[in-house]
Amino acid sequence: MSTYSEKVMDHFNNPRNMGEIENPDGVGKVGNPVCGDVLNLYIRIENDRIIDARFKTFGCGAAIATSSMVTQMIMGKTLNEALEISNRAVAEALDGLPPIKMHCSVLAEAALKSAIDDYFKRK
Amino acid sequence: MKRIYLDHAATTAVRPEVVQAMLPYFSQLFGNASTLYSYGQEAGRAMEEARNIMARFIGAKSSQEIVFTSGGTESDNFAVCGIAWANQKKGDHIITSAVEHHAVLNTCKFLQKRGFKVTYLPVDHYGFVDPDDVKKAITNKTILISIMHANNEVGTMEPIAEIGKIAKENAVYFHTDAVQSFGHIPIRAEELKVDLLSASAHKLYGPKGVGMLYIRKGTKIVPFLYGGEQENKRRASTENVAGIVGFEKACEIAEGTMTEESRRLATLRDKFIKGILEKIEFTQLNGHPTKRLPGNVNVSVKYVEGESMLLKLDGKGICASSGSACTSSILEPSHVLTAMGVPPDVAHSSLRFTLGRENTEEDVDDVLGVLPDIVKELRLMSPLYQEKRGS
Repeated sequence: MSTYSEKVMDHFNNPRNMGEIENPDGVGKVGNPVCGDVLNLYIRIENDRIIDARFKTFGCGAAIATSSMVTQMIMGKTLNEALEISNRAVAEALDGLPPIKMHCSVLAEAALKSAIDDYFKRK
Repeated sequence: MKRIYLDHAATTAVRPEVVQAMLPYFSQLFGNASTLYSYGQEAGRAMEEARNIMARFIGAKSSQEIVFTSGGTESDNFAVCGIAWANQKKGDHIITSAVEHHAVLNTCKFLQKRGFKVTYLPVDHYGFVDPDDVKKAITNKTILISIMHANNEVGTMEPIAEIGKIAKENAVYFHTDAVQSFGHIPIRAEELKVDLLSASAHKLYGPKGVGMLYIRKGTKIVPFLYGGEQENKRRASTENVAGIVGFEKACEIAEGTMTEESRRLATLRDKFIKGILEKIEFTQLNGHPTKRLPGNVNVSVKYVEGESMLLKLDGKGICASSGSACTSSILEPSHVLTAMGVPPDVAHSSLRFTLGRENTEEDVDDVLGVLPDIVKELRLMSPLYQEKRGS
């Protein structure tokens, strides 16, 4: 097991925005149970701005913490601003991740892009 | 916070009696056992006495069959490489199993790169190697069979005596990695018909950094370390006298307590397993219900990832282990569970608790008290659980 920052442990133990959104405007489902990580990200959008974000995650401590962090980071952001959030930024916001856990932040970024994609497809 | 240590398969706390036995050999009786003055002779005598006791403990014919090493990994490397290099004129084929410890598996992989051929035998869903498969795999080029005595992850106890008989009939050297079982269940080298057996002190309340390789008299093996003439020229290096004395003390105590302790642990284990399977839905036992090490509990809690459970348990002071990829550096789930046919997602959801001497029924009750809530909390977050509930 890796050593996590206090911030990672805080988001793992007190996840922000955990849950779902009924009739969301976009959903990003990434990962695979075979790989040990599944992340579902739900977003609500008004006037090109993310007004709500929720997640459900099956995964390790880092996967849950990055999910929680990414929902917090995109809340209130315009779609363009949200699209600029990189996996590295999510990891940095958590005071870093162990190198072997960086893929969890990649998954969070992928879920975000996928949810926004889904929104444009639905429009 | 009260801490509950449930990872005895990883390592154990050294018994106070063992520490006491070791202490004189650091400063007072510090001599190099290879020297002829009194300090050296005292150290040498202590070491030879330890060797005699160890030989008796595993039913070796002579104390010269006991070689002290730096631990289980070295013993495994020594056995596999030592036999391979010494017998390569006779053959180049090694038989092992898919569920061995990496100390054996990665040694075999190394030898494969050097031209040896290795058969990795499959196991059934309990983790058992089929002795018939061993028999069928033997060719006239086979020089070594290496099958573990008991598995470190799921505790499955392999049919070593049966495999030993097959090895003997075919005149193939047989090594068993007994690191997990040594000092916990009785082991008689003669009855098991093994030629080589690995053990490690820190799994039975002895110190880290010392192990043993039993090498049957007459076994053709090359030395592991070159230098001085220690360990009958099989392993150079100034002996770890304090460690060896500690190892011997741990064995001596184990000999007296093993029967009762293994019965006690098996009772706790069975209660633990029953409790998890009854209290938490969508759980399964990994490994065999009874033919497993007395202290081993390995379950999968479906739809929750193992590391996340370990972190929550650690938050409650409970120390356990998992076969999830997230607890390894290779991001693949346990090779043992995978070989047993456990699907990857279920392997990611595995938890291993290994009980030991300081654990009580109260510890088991405490874990059974908190685990259901931990699982509930994490399942609430799990999209897989949501799908399961939805379907």
